[in-house]
Amino acid sequence: MTARILIFAWGNPSRGDDALGPLFIEQFRERLQQKPVLRDIEFLSDFQLQVEHALDLRGREEVLFVDASVNCPTPFSVSMLDPTRDESFSSHAMTPQAVLQVYVELQGSAPPPSRLLAIRGEHFELGTDLSSSARAHLDAALVWAENWLAMELPG
Amino acid sequence: MAGHRPWGTVCSTTIEAQIAAMFPLETASHPEQLRRVAIDPVSRVEGHGKVTLLLDDDNHIQQVRLHIVEFRGFEKFIQGRPYWEVPVMVQRLCGICPVSHHLAAAKAMDIIVGASQLTPTAEKLRRLMHYGQILQSHALHFFHLSSPDLLFGFDSEASRRNIVGIAASYPDIARKGVGLRKFGQEVIRLTSGKRIHGTGAIPGGMNKSLTLAERDSLLKDIYRMVAWSREAVQLIKEVHQHNPALYDAFASFRSNLMSLVAADGALDFYHGKLRASDADGNKIFDQIDYQGYDRIISEGVKPWTYMKFPYLAALGEESGWYKVGPLARVQNCDRMNTPFAEAERQEFLAYGKGSRVHATLAYHWSRMIEMLFAAETIKELLHDEDLLGDDLLVKGERRSEGVGVIEAPRGTLIHHYRVDENDMVTMANLIVSTTHNNQAMNTAVREVAIRYLDGRELSEGLLNHIEVAIRAFDPCLSCATHALGQMPLQVSLADGQGMEIARLSKNADGTFCAG
Repeated sequence: MTARILIFAWGNPSRGDDALGPLFIEQFRERLQQKPVLRDIEFLSDFQLQVEHALDLRGREEVLFVDASVNCPTPFSVSMLDPTRDESFSSHAMTPQAVLQVYVELQGSAPPPSRLLAIRGEHFELGTDLSSSARAHLDAALVWAENWLAMELPG
Repeated sequence: MAGHRPWGTVCSTTIEAQIAAMFPLETASHPEQLRRVAIDPVSRVEGHGKVTLLLDDDNHIQQVRLHIVEFRGFEKFIQGRPYWEVPVMVQRLCGICPVSHHLAAAKAMDIIVGASQLTPTAEKLRRLMHYGQILQSHALHFFHLSSPDLLFGFDSEASRRNIVGIAASYPDIARKGVGLRKFGQEVIRLTSGKRIHGTGAIPGGMNKSLTLAERDSLLKDIYRMVAWSREAVQLIKEVHQHNPALYDAFASFRSNLMSLVAADGALDFYHGKLRASDADGNKIFDQIDYQGYDRIISEGVKPWTYMKFPYLAALGEESGWYKVGPLARVQNCDRMNTPFAEAERQEFLAYGKGSRVHATLAYHWSRMIEMLFAAETIKELLHDEDLLGDDLLVKGERRSEGVGVIEAPRGTLIHHYRVDENDMVTMANLIVSTTHNNQAMNTAVREVAIRYLDGRELSEGLLNHIEVAIRAFDPCLSCATHALGQMPLQVSLADGQGMEIARLSKNADGTFCAG
């Protein structure tokens, strides 16, 4: 059965703060261990956002996209997403707005309500660990996510 | 981020003059008197690519260079790690072709553990994984990267030249493209164990086989994938037939070709020996064991880029450069061992009327033939009961050095490692397909610049012609991060003293603004 909420993060765990998305998934799932809400959530992560991820949105009531950002406010920002016909995407990366637009075109209907949680990162070198500032940003984002989930899935 | 320049300070006027004589338009004679235009980075390709053009006062092209900001830290990243970790670790080098790195590294580590011949089950599982990777990568490249240019035209409205535009105007093509990609990803997931960061291939074999249910779930869809792949070949043929003058001439240039072939000369993406042929199809070498790749391939360096320029050592730097990837493979092999793909290959060869096809846009045609070959091969593998076996691992006499080579979606991929007595990697050398194609891509860009840009005012549509040529090679430039806010495009105009006089920026959402 398809879980009501999809939390989808992307990034390369071996490239410094690019790991923010996958780490968010890992740590948020840990925080929700033993809680009944866990059965209503599916966590997915990948290196980059791609066209086929539009298919992962089917049957969801709510979607949260999570990624590192080089230019969002510190420590993180949250914004609602609309399908957007842009040309930001390559064979290698897409924006979440463009994935929503692909959903519209493929499914012929509006995508589920979707938010972007952008967590500020600073350093993206191969083989480096998460920076201390990014670690603090991640902690703040996790606190926000717990509150958000409590509103979405009360009880 | 970039490593040291291995050629040190060798950058003399003499060398510059020699290079200028070998490769026209690579180095202008008086660059200080010219205007500079940079396309930075090239959009819709991995990592960062930058094209710089030097123009004189009449907008005539005097120098063109494709700079690839290659990340040179990969080898260091791997050194000091236990060899058995490497096939998993290297997947993090590239988020687009992790399976290619995974398998090339595993093949090298097979040599380290003395596994000269895998069990039938292990080898067929790896083949299935690899052909799934070829299928999904080729589908992604064609349907989502290049088809907007091909179906709408290079000069068409920039906002339409993307997959969303394709989905709106050609919904059936877009749906099949996503479906092919999804199927290839599913093959990878089932053979590697996970959707990403899979651990399927290990030194000496595989760590899991397919269950009956997994095999049947793929069998259910594979016939549709073959049918869609056949349609894709028809589509690209129609595109060529619609405007043969353009497709035959655009960025067309002669070169050598190199690829792996099987012992009988057939195309084999997973394993074989090296074959190179000249621009007319005459063999330069054949059935060369890739364990000795460094004796037949040398790597040239240029003072203006960190990226190396491989060439066939026997022919020298000026004449020995070559193309790899679909256009090379389809023509370099003697046959494809699946019926539909071989029929299409024969038609492709006939199009060349006895000569090798060197048109850059024919990469797309050959790529679709390869996608069909991958789909048919997957179908055959899925009917092989060996996939369900449980004999997965072999080992033999431990060795200290191994080379693994596969034909990745973009071309020949070489992984070379040395491992010490404590099982730690002491040396790693990777030659990726984009590096093999470095000279070819530079040549393609120069051909386009001369034909379409010389003497004209620059526009976004004209500059896109350059990007079209680069995209045909499907370069994977540097496996960069893709955090939000990265990868803008900048076009800057500079005078002879290097002072910027104008700039055009492309934002992350694809919009342009003057700045």
